Amino acid sequence: MSNAPDDLRYAKSHEWARLEDDGTVTVGITDYAQAALGDLVFVETPEIGRVVSAGEACAVVESVKAASDIYAPVSGEIVDTNPDLANSPEVINSDPYGGGWIMRIRPSDPSELDQLLDADSYLELTSEQD
Amino acid sequence: MLIFEQSRSGRRAVAQTPRQAAEVELPERFWRRQRPLLPECSELQVVRHYTRLSQKNFSIDTHFYPLGSCTMKYNPRGANVLAMLPGFLARHPLAPERCGQGFLACLYELQEILAEVTGMRGVCLTPMAGAQGEFAGVAMIRAYHEARGDTARRVILVPDAAHGTNPATAAMCGYEVREIPTDAQGDVDMAALEAALGPETAGIMLTNPSTLGVFERRIREIAERVHQAGGLLYYDGANLNAILGKVRPGDMGFDVIHMNLHKTFSTPHGGGGPGSGAIGVSSRLLPFMPVPTVRKDGDRYRWETEADRPQTIGRLSAFMGNAGVNLRAYVYARMLGREGMARVAEFATLNANYLMARLRQEGFQVAFPQRRASHEFIVTLKREAKEFGLTAMDMAKRLLDFGFHAPTTYFPLLVPECLLIEPTETESKEVLDAFVEAMVRVREEARADIERVKGAPYHLPVRRLDDVKAARELDLTWKPTAR
Repeated sequence: MSNAPDDLRYAKSHEWARLEDDGTVTVGITDYAQAALGDLVFVETPEIGRVVSAGEACAVVESVKAASDIYAPVSGEIVDTNPDLANSPEVINSDPYGGGWIMRIRPSDPSELDQLLDADSYLELTSEQD
Repeated sequence: MLIFEQSRSGRRAVAQTPRQAAEVELPERFWRRQRPLLPECSELQVVRHYTRLSQKNFSIDTHFYPLGSCTMKYNPRGANVLAMLPGFLARHPLAPERCGQGFLACLYELQEILAEVTGMRGVCLTPMAGAQGEFAGVAMIRAYHEARGDTARRVILVPDAAHGTNPATAAMCGYEVREIPTDAQGDVDMAALEAALGPETAGIMLTNPSTLGVFERRIREIAERVHQAGGLLYYDGANLNAILGKVRPGDMGFDVIHMNLHKTFSTPHGGGGPGSGAIGVSSRLLPFMPVPTVRKDGDRYRWETEADRPQTIGRLSAFMGNAGVNLRAYVYARMLGREGMARVAEFATLNANYLMARLRQEGFQVAFPQRRASHEFIVTLKREAKEFGLTAMDMAKRLLDFGFHAPTTYFPLLVPECLLIEPTETESKEVLDAFVEAMVRVREEARADIERVKGAPYHLPVRRLDDVKAARELDLTWKPTAR
């Protein structure tokens, strides 16, 4: 059974989003997503400064099974990406909600976060897919 | 150990034969000054080395090879023998047309046979394999729109049940890719297709039967809608084996197709080549076909070149493609004949449906139980993975120990813990039954002792490989070290 912390918001495409104190939104992929992908071998993060809109493909994760696009859960500017992923993509497998974060977005419209799923709805979605 | 590592300075394969002065007709200024860095080994060493390597191989000649989407069927020896006739082998690719009328006749007839069996207007044999065939196909779609001044079309639609190479091909040709979802029955989601079609649509790339192993039932409707929107239809021939001689992509409304002759027309393949990605086109795309192709004027055969087809997208290979592969495909097609082609599809589909039914009887879950399989089908081990930890990868690895090549794993991506199984038409019922038995045995083993299965394979030259390391630290080059 995959886990999904209560304090995060979730996209149907299996990204999580966390609103930080400084107003930015940290983004990663869920425990369910990392388990489905299997061992990750590469992560391609977006350029800092790029402006993305919600639902836009902006990063790529590649595992031994598949390559998969990561979609921005909210619109805004990419202000940071996780530098550890270049050498240790496996941290997404071991710690998807912590050290495995992928990028930080300064949202242009923070209310977009409310359109994402909460933990219960997300878990319901993944159990349907199981 | 590599053959290079066995090298000893000065050792020669010809050590046992009397030395003769080599006759060199090449002017001295073209002679190389240094020996090439090739391994220096005796004949016996070379024979042992390659025999051992071949014994480590899983191949269609030694094992059942149900690798879904790859059509690993028996390659008839007759095709090999005839394609290796000295007249073919010794023919120089630049020899004049009058010296190779027989060779040209074979290629011409192969073009005609492929055009007939797929319902296309013209066929070109030069793409070296599937990926290049796809590239040629989409490049022609691009050339077609450009020739009409219709340059706003920048999007290629690709259903998510299509082959993974399709979006890559579209991107290579400068198109934006838009993915179209599949509905619960395994067909293209028509509402999503309708919504995606528009003045930007350059075309759609479809695999039919799809990678889900089912036939796209609304293909006529899809063709009509895409054509109405001004787009063209691309047929990925990866699964052509399922419909050969039964239904033709041209009749379904496709404008361009590629065929993997190395799969459907049974030439030896695997491990990267050689292949042949022949393409077929509708009359709309005929002016853009690559060159050269073979033309028959009266009773003479000749190459068609840029002069015959000024709007061609150009040449894809130095000469006429992988001539040896095309010749094997030609012999295979002639051996089958018209009736034989249909038999390929019938038995490939029968074998797949038999195997699917047997596995279902044994309690395995298939992805689309409500649909008839085409030439391949999907088993999902989702339940087994959840209940006792048996993943698709574990099943694949343990099957190797029982003497079966693994089915394709984790593809298509739409189905979790999936095995894509393609038995092909050349396997007997006994082999299929033995495969079912092996799958049942692995499942029982896993229920009793999952660690035993997780440790597989046990009986192969190598144990379970570190696929993460292989992907991250790919190292395929050998560099000489000082000795």
